[in-house]
Amino acid sequence: MAVPALRSTEKRRTKKTLDPYSRMETQMATLLKSRFAAMAVAGFAAAATLGLPATADAQQKAAAPAAGKGEQFVPVLVYRTGAYAPNGTPWANGFVDYLKLVNAQGGINGVKLTWEECETGYATDRGVECYERLKTKPFVSGFQPLSTGITFALTDKAPTDKIPLITAGYGRSESVEGEAFPWNFPLMGTYWDAADVLVQHVGKLNGGTDKLKGKKIALVYHDSPFGKEPIALLQERAKLHGFELLTIPVTHPGVEQKAAWLQIRQNRPDYVFLWGWGVMNSTALREAVATGYPRDKMYGVWWAAAEPDVLPVGADAKGYNGLALQHGAGRAKVHNDILATLHAKGQGTGPQEEVGTVLYTRGMISAMLQIEGIRQAQLRYGNKPLTGEQVRYGLENLNLDAKRLEALGLSGVMKPLATNCRDHAGARSARIQQWDGTKWVFTSDFYEADNQIIKPMIKAAAQRYVADKKLTMRSCADEIAAAAKASAPAAAPAAVKTAPAKK
Amino acid sequence: MLYRENGQFKISYSEDQQILPIVQDRWFMLALLAFAFLVMPAIGTDYLFLSLVIPFLILAIAAIGLNILVGYCGQISLGTAAFMAVGAYAAYNFVIRVPSLNFLVVLILSGGIAALVGILFGIPSLRIKGLYLAVATLAAQFFVDWMFARVKWFTNYSSSGSVSTPPIEMFGWSMESPVQKYLFVLTVAVVMTLAAKNLVRGHIGRSWMAIRDMDVAAEVIGIRPLYAKLSAFAVSSFYAGVAGALWGFIRLGAWEPLAFNVNLSLNLLFMIIIGGMGSLLGSYFGAAFIVILPILLNQVPGAIGIEMSTAFASHLEAMIFGSLIIFFLIVEPHGLARLWAIGKEKLRLWPFPH
Repeated sequence: MAVPALRSTEKRRTKKTLDPYSRMETQMATLLKSRFAAMAVAGFAAAATLGLPATADAQQKAAAPAAGKGEQFVPVLVYRTGAYAPNGTPWANGFVDYLKLVNAQGGINGVKLTWEECETGYATDRGVECYERLKTKPFVSGFQPLSTGITFALTDKAPTDKIPLITAGYGRSESVEGEAFPWNFPLMGTYWDAADVLVQHVGKLNGGTDKLKGKKIALVYHDSPFGKEPIALLQERAKLHGFELLTIPVTHPGVEQKAAWLQIRQNRPDYVFLWGWGVMNSTALREAVATGYPRDKMYGVWWAAAEPDVLPVGADAKGYNGLALQHGAGRAKVHNDILATLHAKGQGTGPQEEVGTVLYTRGMISAMLQIEGIRQAQLRYGNKPLTGEQVRYGLENLNLDAKRLEALGLSGVMKPLATNCRDHAGARSARIQQWDGTKWVFTSDFYEADNQIIKPMIKAAAQRYVADKKLTMRSCADEIAAAAKASAPAAAPAAVKTAPAKK
Repeated sequence: MLYRENGQFKISYSEDQQILPIVQDRWFMLALLAFAFLVMPAIGTDYLFLSLVIPFLILAIAAIGLNILVGYCGQISLGTAAFMAVGAYAAYNFVIRVPSLNFLVVLILSGGIAALVGILFGIPSLRIKGLYLAVATLAAQFFVDWMFARVKWFTNYSSSGSVSTPPIEMFGWSMESPVQKYLFVLTVAVVMTLAAKNLVRGHIGRSWMAIRDMDVAAEVIGIRPLYAKLSAFAVSSFYAGVAGALWGFIRLGAWEPLAFNVNLSLNLLFMIIIGGMGSLLGSYFGAAFIVILPILLNQVPGAIGIEMSTAFASHLEAMIFGSLIIFFLIVEPHGLARLWAIGKEKLRLWPFPH
């Protein structure tokens, strides 16, 4: 039955749009290697349902590729369901809205974007499945898994597939070291930076970090790689300043925290650092209310300092502090662009009120970083869809200065950021924000994470990773020298080329 | 018509005792193996291997292990994921601490360690039965979760508690491509299935089934419950341990204790309930149902051209999957393996049923 399907002499008109059968075949092609085999199976299925004449037609359409040729693909790993959906959804909406905005403004130097969402549910195995599914598309620019657990699993796969892994504000802290982790980009800062900034801040409140001696700091953390990341740094700082560190784990998904807060009631720490995500954050705040622990002594990481964390708690959340990953809440020019270009026409991804909330902006900035990486890579490889390997070059040579940020409509939202071969984070500063009962307000200036403490830790952890994996570190000396040489003549045309396409 | 054993006479005991007594079955099995070993590597894509077939095969091994314990020996266990975790962490520690070990040896050793832990947690089965035993094995689950999250030695003092595996090496050859991984997992699955088949139809298997059907009667006819129950726990945990090591090294590459939580234990139990208790074939059916079906369901709306939001597709997946479970359990409470057997019975009479 399958044999007639393979005859290719018959010519028929093909429709432009993908009909169910050709979609089915492209789907089949992700499972079966040769188009020959995929067509045989699909042709068989078509013949079985519609009779033989349909097969030649279906076979003809298989020639059309799934994603249009010449488009840059952006895989979007999200979680819109499950225990972490309240936090995952605004991030995803911001991410997709930004991609839509780029397309509405004419793409990246004329190259349009395509994207596909895949639901991970924050589960590592489903995340890996999504990665395997989407990496087969042509011109995959890079993955952003939004989960430290998935990041750990993908870190081993990215080098073989030559696809960059962007983890803006999460992921493995030691992956800042571009010599050991060429494919990881923990842009804007890692959990070690976050913990460091928090210690600096509470030190400042006490009149200097040396005054922290004898104080007690409790870390209430999500019992996963995400929550455990800051422990190493806090231990280092505790040794340095002589404060006592209590580490209190909370198991996934974090709705049961009675035991954790009993420990806090007994120990009465001076500060509580909250390393939570999803429903765990609001639960922690409720428990703090029940325990009578003052909210203004609590500091959340930047994933525990957004609207979904405090709104369910109501007025009791007032005074709770959190880190801001550079940006806070509020609308900048780019938000207004999104509102005008998308939401005004009913093309927004999420509800309109969400635009400008903390996690929405985080998703938007994450997408922006990836797009800017592609744009930077286009300077070298030309204005066409690029492979992951080419995009990696762009991400490694990102240079978002104040002028560029203003052109993007992001001035005041984030600080300038520049990456190089050795430093894949680009920036390591954050500030503190406080929930005043209705909105987040900044209560501090930018802090810079202390490189003297973090650098040696990164170095040691990266070397251990390389040794465990039996890899060799690449050397950045040549690349940095080449980049310095190239930057002088390239700067002038770059400014022209990267000007946003305004209508 | 085609599937009929008329005229196939057994003239020796060995012929009578072979695993597949009917010629057509033997040919079918040979064709299936030839397809799996020879055709699949040629036509499958990386996605098919890494996301569908390899997880399916690995969890089928774990399901066989659980089926030996629950389906053949009648001891309900909710701790399979814990034994998988023991296997995975044991393999990780062997590879990290003794880098020269062959991965096959690592697999067997980690299975052996899981078997020891399984025996330990199987001891309560000598006194308690049924649901009470299920609760006792749940203790294994929580204890193991706790141990790997808290005792840093097991994770080689990794700061995040997540371990990440070095490349797999055997006989001076390192396993990298998805096809190689697939062939390796397939070989392990075939060998272990064959071993399980011979165990369950040998005297050990018969003693397990005697215990399952009525332990007092089994004891009266001379079967030692201590030996039978603990051997079932040991064999079952060995399978789970090997599956865990494969899951960690080949499927995930990097994992945290959450990868082996109680959800996985429950999923494995569902696999053997849906696939068929006391049937090795059922373990495969169940694993396919639980592993592959949700992923396919998730992709169906996109594949047939219906545009819907990611969240809705994912809710739909859960709804259809749930109703299919209920449907199959109502249609055939003895599992998919029983449906398969009924199909074969019907085929014998086809096309002239009397």
